[in-house]
Amino acid sequence: MQALVIAAHGSHLNPDASDPTYAHADTIRETGAFDEVREAFWKEEPHFREVIRTLESDEVFVVPLFISEGYFTEQVIPRELRLDDWDPDQWESDGTSASQATLEAEDVGKTIHYCGPVGTHDAMTDVIVQRAETATEDPDVGEGFGLSVVGHGTDRNENSAKAIEYHSDRIAERDRFDEVKALFMDEEPEVDDVTDYFESDDIVVVPLFIADGYHTQEDIPEDMGLTDDYRLGWDVPAEVDGHRIWYTGAVGTEDLMADVVLERAADAGADIGDARDAVRELAASVAETGADAGPEPGAGAGAGD
Amino acid sequence: MTVATDDLETLLERASAGVAFDGLRVAETDGEYVLETAENEWAGLDETELRRALESAEEYVTNWYYWQETVGGEGTARRAFLRWCERAPLVDADPDDATTGPWSDGGGDDDATGRPATLGVTERYDALRGGIDREWGQLSITVRFVDIDDPDGERVYDLWHVDDADSDISDLEIYDDPRDARELATYDEDGRYRPLKTAPTLPGGWAFTGLSGDELVETVEFFYPATVANWHRELRGNLDVDHWLETAERQTGIYDVIDELPREAVEWMAEACCVDSQCLRRREWQYEDGDDLDVDGGDGPFPCREPCSLVIAAARKWAILESEDEHTYELELTTSELNQLEELIDAVAEDRTDEIREADVNDGANRYRARYLRAKRFDDEGDLEATRVDD
Repeated sequence: MQALVIAAHGSHLNPDASDPTYAHADTIRETGAFDEVREAFWKEEPHFREVIRTLESDEVFVVPLFISEGYFTEQVIPRELRLDDWDPDQWESDGTSASQATLEAEDVGKTIHYCGPVGTHDAMTDVIVQRAETATEDPDVGEGFGLSVVGHGTDRNENSAKAIEYHSDRIAERDRFDEVKALFMDEEPEVDDVTDYFESDDIVVVPLFIADGYHTQEDIPEDMGLTDDYRLGWDVPAEVDGHRIWYTGAVGTEDLMADVVLERAADAGADIGDARDAVRELAASVAETGADAGPEPGAGAGAGD
Repeated sequence: MTVATDDLETLLERASAGVAFDGLRVAETDGEYVLETAENEWAGLDETELRRALESAEEYVTNWYYWQETVGGEGTARRAFLRWCERAPLVDADPDDATTGPWSDGGGDDDATGRPATLGVTERYDALRGGIDREWGQLSITVRFVDIDDPDGERVYDLWHVDDADSDISDLEIYDDPRDARELATYDEDGRYRPLKTAPTLPGGWAFTGLSGDELVETVEFFYPATVANWHRELRGNLDVDHWLETAERQTGIYDVIDELPREAVEWMAEACCVDSQCLRRREWQYEDGDDLDVDGGDGPFPCREPCSLVIAAARKWAILESEDEHTYELELTTSELNQLEELIDAVAEDRTDEIREADVNDGANRYRARYLRAKRFDDEGDLEATRVDD
């Protein structure tokens, strides 16, 4: 038997923070690729601390639903899962190349395949592009468009910016969009000045965040000048300084994220059969109908407790 | 009887290797079978006679099939929980190790309702026709036969809020997907978010009906995550408890400070957070091994094996607040106004403010009383007019 655990932050204050985790877990449940699929959280239940004991499987694949390698993926999650022999060096990562490490959870004696976060997986690049497609409702979006990947950025964790830059570079290499730029909330170059960085009239802005919340639904839209007050909402596209800004909300809510979770587990040796095809088909059909496009103002404030 | 016939054939296939389960025993020696149930015993049977004897012990056969073939999972918490649901003996429980918690009913003692703690197959089959009820926190679980008139051993499980036990099922919203429990557990009756799943604030008005055993466990786990696993550990006497200090010292980042919370403040914290009125878990963790907190751990059904994430988050706040020095302040209050401050704090702490009637000006926590006090005693900045006198 094999189990999948999706490890996410969750929130004590905002009930919507865990929605993407549940959604992606459900998508993977539907594929039947794992005997057990479980959500686990830092701020909700089941807590990281107790999740492994709720599983019957001996092989457990843990995929962190986080954007960057850093404090949570390198310290908090392994510690709380009781992966006593964990050392970040086991990932042999430069900050964006973590794959997996096989360890034992000390309280249950099960084999844990501890995977790198979804945010730095190569497949995440496709999710960002798909996000641009769903936001513009154009599966061929690219020509005449600039794309900005937006991250939090912080002085406390250099890997935070690395993930954003990594995907920006990969998208740029594809020559699909006229311009690609990594922008940040808390470091230079800042998302406030988004229009300064693009010549294209149309700019798709994809925030590399897991859940919609305070940053993606309040801070960033106001900082970019999409709206004076997030509570009033904003248009997609919105007119700013002669540019059209196609703002998409958190990429982590994109249906194709389930595919990244599956890839992480498969890279670590999980037998997932043709589950990826099923998820990709599902995500494509949702993208075509544009079901996820458009802003949801106030869809959840304050994930950051 | 076709399903039961399948059950019989499956049992016969296993018979030569020997079967011993729930009062049923089948053994073979040199082509001769022995069959035992709690009520009867046959020896020297050939295969035809064994078949006939098993047909007369049909309840044991279908019971064996349900547990060994349908439920499976020997040694798992899931199986133990489903056994507990129908008051079947819990083979996992080691009577020498099991705790004396509310779950320790494996020893055959009568429980508080006067019913025997565990039932043999025949008694259980009688009871399952009408349904066997159990409570798990605020959940009421009923296990019953799918076919009450001609039971083939297959059980189904119904689940609703304990407060809805006497409700007409047609008045309840009916669900059959375990995942719907996540949504039902997210908000309380007033629509407020419930970050603590074991808070005694689960709203009612819903029912899950006709769940399989696996689906029941999944649903229960969405309502009360990890409670089945920790119950099972407690039952087997191997619940691992992390006391306050080891949990606090493990923390990093912004929670690194919580191990500085004074011993005394940990007591106040446990009194504030970890009591029956706030949580259905029974606090098993202490200050540290060999140093118990004075505050009672409560009588909650679920063992609490370490401070939860809410307690950790609150502890950080208190660790910061407790690092402040105390001062002496001087402020003008009438005796009644001092009493009123006490009433206000108490009303908020007991979550009683919603119950205070609009015009009940005798209650110090009445909104108009509070507004009057603010108008009279606060300055233009909205602060209490107090002077620090120990500068």
